[in-house]
Amino acid sequence: MKTVGKPVVKKDAMALVTGQPVYTDDIAPRDCLIVKVLRSPHANAFVKRVIKERALKVPGIEAVYTWEDVPAKRFTMAGQTYPEPSPYDRLILDRHVRFVGDAVAIVAGADEMCVDQALEVLKVEYEVLPAVLDFRKAKDHEVLVHPEEDWRALCQVGADNRRNLCASGGMHKGDVDKVLADCDVVVTNSYHVQAAQQTMMETFRTFCFLDTYGRLNVVSSTQIVFHVRRILSNALGIPKSKIRAVKPRIGGGFGAKQTAVSEVYPAFVTWMTKKPAKMVFSREETQTASSPRHEMEVSVRIGADKTGKIRAIDVHTLSNTGAYGEHGPTTVGLSGTKSISLYGGLEAHRFTYDVVYTNKMSAGAYRGYGATQGIYAVECAVNELAGKLSLDPVELRLHNMVREGQVMPAYYGETNTSCALDRCLLRVKDMIGWEEKYPCKEIGNGKVRSVGVAMGMQSSGIPGVDVGSATVRLNEDGIYTLLIGAADMGTGCDTILAQMAAECLECSVDSVIVSGADTDTSPYDSGSYASSTTYVTGKAVEKACEKLIQQIKKRACQMLSCGSEELSFDGYQARNLNTKETVTLEEIGTAAMCGNNVALQVTETHSSPVSPPPFMAGAVEIELDRETGQVDIVDYAAVIDCGTVVNPNLARVQAEGGIAQGIGMALYEQVQYTEDGKLLNNSLMQYKIPSRLDVGKLRIEFESSFEPSGPFGAKSIGEIVINTPAPALTHAIYNATGIWFKELPVTSEKIAMALVK
Amino acid sequence: MLKIKEYVKAESLAQAYELNQKQANRIIGGMLWMKMGNVKIHTAIDLSGLGLDTVEEREDEFVIGCMVTLRQLEVDDRLATLGSGILRESVKNIVGVQFRNLATVGGSLAGRFGFSDVLTALLALDTEVELYRGGRIPLAKFAAEGAGSDILVRVFVKKDDRRCVYLSHRNTKTDFPVLTIAVSSGKNGIKVAAGARPQRAILVTEDESLKEICAPDIYNGRAGKEAIEIYAAQLASKIPTGSNMRASAAYRSHLAGVLIRRGLTALNESGKEERGMKDAD
Amino acid sequence: MQISITLNGRKITEDVTPKLLLIDWLRAHGCYSVKRGCETSNCGLCTVFMEDKPVLSCSVLAVRADGKRIETLEGLKEEAEEFGAFIAGQGAEQCGFCNPGMIMNAIALFRENPEPTEEEIKEYLAGNLCRCSGYEGQLRGIQEFLSYKKGGGAQ
Repeated sequence: MKTVGKPVVKKDAMALVTGQPVYTDDIAPRDCLIVKVLRSPHANAFVKRVIKERALKVPGIEAVYTWEDVPAKRFTMAGQTYPEPSPYDRLILDRHVRFVGDAVAIVAGADEMCVDQALEVLKVEYEVLPAVLDFRKAKDHEVLVHPEEDWRALCQVGADNRRNLCASGGMHKGDVDKVLADCDVVVTNSYHVQAAQQTMMETFRTFCFLDTYGRLNVVSSTQIVFHVRRILSNALGIPKSKIRAVKPRIGGGFGAKQTAVSEVYPAFVTWMTKKPAKMVFSREETQTASSPRHEMEVSVRIGADKTGKIRAIDVHTLSNTGAYGEHGPTTVGLSGTKSISLYGGLEAHRFTYDVVYTNKMSAGAYRGYGATQGIYAVECAVNELAGKLSLDPVELRLHNMVREGQVMPAYYGETNTSCALDRCLLRVKDMIGWEEKYPCKEIGNGKVRSVGVAMGMQSSGIPGVDVGSATVRLNEDGIYTLLIGAADMGTGCDTILAQMAAECLECSVDSVIVSGADTDTSPYDSGSYASSTTYVTGKAVEKACEKLIQQIKKRACQMLSCGSEELSFDGYQARNLNTKETVTLEEIGTAAMCGNNVALQVTETHSSPVSPPPFMAGAVEIELDRETGQVDIVDYAAVIDCGTVVNPNLARVQAEGGIAQGIGMALYEQVQYTEDGKLLNNSLMQYKIPSRLDVGKLRIEFESSFEPSGPFGAKSIGEIVINTPAPALTHAIYNATGIWFKELPVTSEKIAMALVK
Repeated sequence: MLKIKEYVKAESLAQAYELNQKQANRIIGGMLWMKMGNVKIHTAIDLSGLGLDTVEEREDEFVIGCMVTLRQLEVDDRLATLGSGILRESVKNIVGVQFRNLATVGGSLAGRFGFSDVLTALLALDTEVELYRGGRIPLAKFAAEGAGSDILVRVFVKKDDRRCVYLSHRNTKTDFPVLTIAVSSGKNGIKVAAGARPQRAILVTEDESLKEICAPDIYNGRAGKEAIEIYAAQLASKIPTGSNMRASAAYRSHLAGVLIRRGLTALNESGKEERGMKDAD
Repeated sequence: MQISITLNGRKITEDVTPKLLLIDWLRAHGCYSVKRGCETSNCGLCTVFMEDKPVLSCSVLAVRADGKRIETLEGLKEEAEEFGAFIAGQGAEQCGFCNPGMIMNAIALFRENPEPTEEEIKEYLAGNLCRCSGYEGQLRGIQEFLSYKKGGGAQ
């Protein structure tokens, strides 16, 4: 292959490194109204009265909106394909506020100063209600987070607002209890994962204006333009045709922007005032009123015979969706499907779950999407199982891991069509020096070096749901335009899809212009999430290009007066094999604009009935200070099977970034609430993500399988990379201390104090 | 959010002092911590035009202006000779270079922040501060009492023979410390400063009985492992600790013992080395 | 009050309110490379040069920059392009939002210490957060740039 598999520089790279104004707030009109939201200081309360008068008198204030001003029809902010599994449980502003930070009023004014002043004098009378904060007690609690009559679930997800249930359900194969009772060794544990934050560097932001036709134009830092259009249509009660959503460059997403966190507020202001309006979330708002990972408690029972054959896995997940149900019913599923399915040939498995509402910040989508939580739990249990069996954890996995060709009963019954997990694990074992280093080595001064290992998997799009489309057009100078609705959020999908187009069209990547994510001009795409873009949209690009070549040939045949069998096309010119006469691509493109009936523009759509999982093995070496509990990462080795690697540079950086996020979540990204339900980690000062001094050495390699259903054999890479650090680090910490920690983050304090005991 | 109504770049200390007598007026140092609070200031008083941003070396002491930045403390070659380079060691983990190019010594001390690395390090040295009206007072006294409406103008650090070790524990490398420990050993004994307890840094003193034996032993590199352990445990037990988001009191107390012991051990080792060198001479 | 700032070589004199932060003044003057990632002086995205020193423009009052020279990435186009190409060569720019601040601070590092060790690079840039890259790609780009410079700028 000429371009697929090459480390092509991202198309937008030079604009980004030279600081060009390409992000939402850089291109917003100067005369935008500034929009801010007054937020609830209570975890559960009714707004009795909002006293607006003084705020409205502040010079420059355009409007103050409260629950009385907004449409009374509930919707969800989750960016999902309709009908959304997430319940319709939101209003733009609700009289009932359900977490500290919930929106109470919208203030719009000429500048930030007057809006801040108005927020200060806006007085609210609340009727404070008791709150349900502990997710372990939320189900059937006397306090209901959503007591309202008009709450509704569009899909059968086992939701019941009268029980604080956002979703519940399960699946099984065989009699798990019976098989476990018959196992020689069973490990039973519960693991707790905190509501870690995506912490993309660009906070949520959106600006809106009315265009020439009176339509609401929404420019937003989002991964999901088409879903934003529907969400706003639902929220504002206006037709979708009245809305256009556009995405400029995005300063990171990681799933956070798969929820319409900021869009409704300026959209409502613009729709009401007919004036341009902009809302830029502060970091504090982004930390306290957004869409972090679902807090989960994952209980695992795993049983094996004494030879080390894993016979059954039983997983129960309790997930905390917080005050609203965005992505609640769907994230939980992955905690079972993507963890149990790492192991093939199980005699029985079971997965059950409850997703509960609480009066905490609503959760959302974060890289890994529930798989991260489930894999952490199951991989920790497998490591503990290895200890009980006195087997090397790498060997135990090699005996039991899912293999290519196996049917995966817990993974929608799909067949594992491409899998190099065995090679990944063997390679990672070598890279980290497992033979010499496992389990640990004393290095003096109370310090010890140890290693840990884990595997991971994810999916490639949502099977039978996600839709990717691509439009490819030949222009008169022989340059192609590729229109996509997928959102490049820094990951480089514009470039990766252009590489695929260039491969098909036999041209250079520079000859493909990419235009992305505008609901008026892009072909429909579900959006960039669920690790779908390379696999799903990539296939649409491949299909579109193949068709376009046929069209190009057709037009060339007309120009060269020959039949298609007498024509050759090499990407740059078409040749009449009989006459040797040629026309260049440029000439074909130009000819398409004169007396032409052959469209040199093709749109293709793709949806996949399957979701072939990428696989990964990660191994870490740490240095642990037994006195202070300090953990330093010496080396993190990871080997990934994402199918064909389309762009090795971008795939590597995805992996390094995901591992760094996983390290933060595993060791120090804290989520701490006060007794009243106020989140304390509300800034980058109090929520510590890794700096470059914290991540240690990360080393990435690829062991590729070939996925027949993917474009050029590719699967996905975006999410899987966050799944191994938490279990691998927990394992290494165990190997250094002899203690299993079952709650993230495993801080130095927890380690040191456990060792003192 | 920080709100400032007026801004005055002071032309003299007298003028700054005058302005600072009003409750609503504030001296802004680097303004970093102040900016994060919900502070309403009538007049912000800026001392940056008064030439207080230099480090002066005198025969027996260093004079550090209040507007000297933490980055200056870090890179000044002359200050590197002070207390085994303790100042650089104490500030290098604070957020980042761009932050330290703004944050000032004066601001760090006058704020008397619990998390102050600088305060911890300077307490372990022989440090005095000069107040505009109050004159020169020991840093420990200032740390306890504050400047009130007076102005911290300069910091004086005595040059002496003391060797220092600075240790801190942080949840991430550039985070606020969970605990800071500065230990110094000189002819006049041992000083241990502990900060981020999480309350502001204090000096702890040992019982007389131990002081007479242990301190000279450590200085000369003759202390045994056990003696150091007893000594460290005793000193650590005198450090009151509390809990906050970053750690519990129990963990801090545990860390205090570990870090002080490590500090004293390192001092003992350097004492040994120095003795070795002297013997070789 | 009236201030005079030399922004990227051009002197600008105008009236500002005392509480205006330098970052907001810079963005109002078209320096959109200067980004805000937090309100607590932690992220490094807003890094600019004040009298050649890298500082956080979110933590400087515009009035305090009176009489001073300020440079943003807009004023360092050639250096940004030369070095930035190495970051891009690794795919490490990713979302790009932290890039201007990181590149400003890296340029400050190269000016101060033209041949930094890996440890010195990490320490100097520790105040520049990035959530996309895991930092390794940035490090590779920096090291490649340094060896390119050491070789006299020829690739």
